[in-house]
This record gives sequence, C-alpha cells and structure tokens, in this order.
Amino acid sequence: MQTLSGNALVICIFSIILVPLAGTGLALINTGLGRSRSAAHAMLSALCAVAVAAFVYFVIGFAWQGVYGGPAHSFTVAGKSWSWLGADRFMLRGVTFDGSTISLIVCLQFFSVGLAAQIPLGSGADRWRLRAICASSALLAGVTYPLFAHWAWGGGWLSQLGMQFGLGNGFIDVGGAGAIQVVGGLTALSMTWILGARHGKFEPSGMSAAVPGHNTVFVLLGCMLAFLGWLGLDTAGAILFAAAEPTRIVLIAVNNLLAAGTAMVSSVILTGVRFGKPDASLAANGFICGLVAVSCSCAMISPLFAIAIGMVAGLIVPLSVEWLDRLLVDDPGGAISVHAVGGLWGLLAAGLFVHNKPGQWAAQLAGVAALLGVIFPLTYGLNWLLNLVYRQRVSLDGERHGLDMHELGAGAYPESAQSNDFLHH
Amino acid sequence: MKPAGFLLLVAGFVLVASALALLPSAAARNAFMLAGLAVEILGFGLVFRAHLPPRGER
Repeated sequence: MQTLSGNALVICIFSIILVPLAGTGLALINTGLGRSRSAAHAMLSALCAVAVAAFVYFVIGFAWQGVYGGPAHSFTVAGKSWSWLGADRFMLRGVTFDGSTISLIVCLQFFSVGLAAQIPLGSGADRWRLRAICASSALLAGVTYPLFAHWAWGGGWLSQLGMQFGLGNGFIDVGGAGAIQVVGGLTALSMTWILGARHGKFEPSGMSAAVPGHNTVFVLLGCMLAFLGWLGLDTAGAILFAAAEPTRIVLIAVNNLLAAGTAMVSSVILTGVRFGKPDASLAANGFICGLVAVSCSCAMISPLFAIAIGMVAGLIVPLSVEWLDRLLVDDPGGAISVHAVGGLWGLLAAGLFVHNKPGQWAAQLAGVAALLGVIFPLTYGLNWLLNLVYRQRVSLDGERHGLDMHELGAGAYPESAQSNDFLHH
Repeated sequence: MKPAGFLLLVAGFVLVASALALLPSAAARNAFMLAGLAVEILGFGLVFRAHLPPRGER
C-alpha cells in the first residue's frame, strides 16, 4: 500500500469531505422527480439508506471488500490466482484511523457505499416501503457493493488483469462508474421489476402516462451539489486507487466540468428537437450522466475525450428513458438510464480512450461482463428473496394517499396544495 | 423465460472468465470475450421480455 505525500494527504482528505454532497444532490434529485405527497419519505429514505449502508459496511462490507495487498480469498486456474473476496477482519478491527492510506480508503468507501445505496431510491420512488429500503440497502452494502469493489479496487481479479494477463492497466474505475454507479443502477433496475410500475403509469394499451416531478428546482439544485461531490469522489478515487499525483486534480476538475456540461447541452438539444422545448428534468439527468460516465477515466484522458464521453452520455439519457418507458419499466428518477447505462458507457469509453497500454478495452469488457453476469443476477436474486419474506411495495391505499401520510403520518408540505395526479387514472 | 435469461447472463460471464483464464492467444481470447458479452446481451433481452406484464395487468 502506497504512502501519501503531505500534499496528497491534504487534498485527499479535503476531497473525501466533499463526497457527501454527491449524495445530497442525488437525494434532492430523487425527491424533486417524485410526487409531492412522497417528498418527506424520499428525503428520509435517502438518510436511512446512507445510515444502514454505513452500519452494514462497517460490520461486514469492508472486510469483504478488502484493500490492495491485504488478505483475500482466492483460487488458482491455469496457474493464475483469482482473488474474488476480501478476507479482512469484521467491524474494521485492525484499521487505525491515523490518516494512513487504508484509513482514507475506509472513509471514502463509507461515503461511496451510501451513494450507491441512494441510487435505487430514484427508481422505486412513490411505492417503496421505508423498512424494505433499509433492508435492501443492507444487502447492497453487505454483499453486492463489497464484492465488486473488491474486484475493482481491493486487489481483486479485475484489478489484476493488467499484471496477470497483460490487459492494459487492469480494470480501470477511478471514480466508481462501475463499483458505485452501475452496481446502484442495476439494483435500481431490479427494484423497478420487483416493485412493479406505479398505479396508472401505463395504460392497458401500453401507452405511458407522464407523471412529472413535483419540484424541478430541487432537481437542478441537486445537480449543482452533486457536481461538487463528484469532484471530491473522482479526486480521492484517483489518488487512492490509481496512484495519481495531486496535481491531477486540475485535469479531473476540467474533465468533470466538460463532460457534465457537454452532456447537459446534448440532452437539451436532443429533447428540444424531439419535443419542441428542452426538458429540464432530462437535461438535469443528462448532467449527472456526464459525471457518471467520465468518473471512470477522468484522471487519465484529455479534455477532448471528456467532451466526447459527455456528448454520448447526454444523448444516452433521453433515448434510454424513452426506451425503458416503451418496455414498461417505470423509473421515476431515471436512475437506470443515468447510473446503469451511463456507467456502462463510461467503463467502455475508458477502454476506447485510455491508450497507454494495449488491451485496455478487453479489461473494461471483462468488468462490464462481471457487472451484467454476476452482480445483476445477484442483486436481483437477493432483492427478490427479500420481497418473498417482506413485501417491498406499499399497498394501493398507501400509494393513493402518498408515502408521507401512509408511512410517516405527516406530509412534507402540509400547508400547500398537493397534486392529485393519482385521481386521474 | 426469466430463469433462462438469468442463466444466459451467468453463462456469458463464465465464457468471458474462461476465455481470460484458458486462452493465451489474444485474438481467440478477444473473440470469446465478445461472444460471452453477446450471450449476456441475449440473456438481458430475455429477462426484459419476461418482465413485460400481460396487457390486462398494466
């Protein structure tokens, strides 16, 4: 494990402190894109998801993720070692919180796992029970997240593809496009299927009814806060997982801004052309998708490539949202399009644009295959089993009255009129 | 259809991992990795199709 210089240590700590802003931004976006009668529930769910994820990650998550060079479970095939699960001690025993590299990784991972746990909340909005959210977050923080994080960041087989098989630098995922965003996004997809669509979202003919978010200002403010959080996430990730020099923070910041900005402009243009006027919520999701996609390789690519990544990410979001709508997938927050599809694009883009060693694209392809072939069935299976023992969807009556009144007993906006969109269906 | 889709997803990954572990030639390895990803995409399509609700239940 590398030892950080004085400058790197200070920049890394400052960057890690920024990361919770990404979660704050996501919480505001998910709340704004949901219905007004579930707004307090959405914000409380975000806090609960972060809290439960932190606790479970403390108990077992970090032990199974492990760190590069630490103890791990592995097996040997054709003379090559495959490290598949960390074998550190439970409840962070043995970790000293003294500013060492391991302690900084632990700190960053607590915020990262909380961010990943918040992603599915956008797709399950307006119909996912609070206790079920807590249980599902525990599964993510205890099983799926640590498993893939070990493979990508903890010295697992994906990170060893470069040294063992000569595939580029091994699997690259500086800011967590795969380990945080795609893992969260695939869980979001699983939840939309397990929970089912909101009542009245789809007509019997298959036509989709528009259910606009209740507060676009929350959504756009969330984007601005998330941008700061992503700067911290990508910078800390680059220093801790890619051994980047602290001076790289300049390139990371420029690439983040360019990718997010280009993605948002692409979404604005595309929605403007398709619908006659730009769509604010899709533009906001395009902005986040740009951040998601570039986070994989932000410390290793030139600004021109960041623009290319952002441009594609901005086009992906409106098209993917429309496509999922046609497939009767009800994702109010756009979490699948932004985090799963955008994250997968970011992983593949790193294979295309990071050229310093041959075979990088194959390493990225292996990461994408692992996410789709292992993490997705695993997260779907775990949440499906959870749904068997504890029904995750709220009752029809609860959906009609809103989750605020049904689960919390009080609304977020008690003195203002709330929309009655449910009654129209 | 749903279990078959998930089975294909896992099978695609096994193809990719096997290609990495067993094939020394870069060309063969890349071809098998792409084939594995194609199998996963097929499985993903099946899972999507399996989740389309019947018309009466929408």
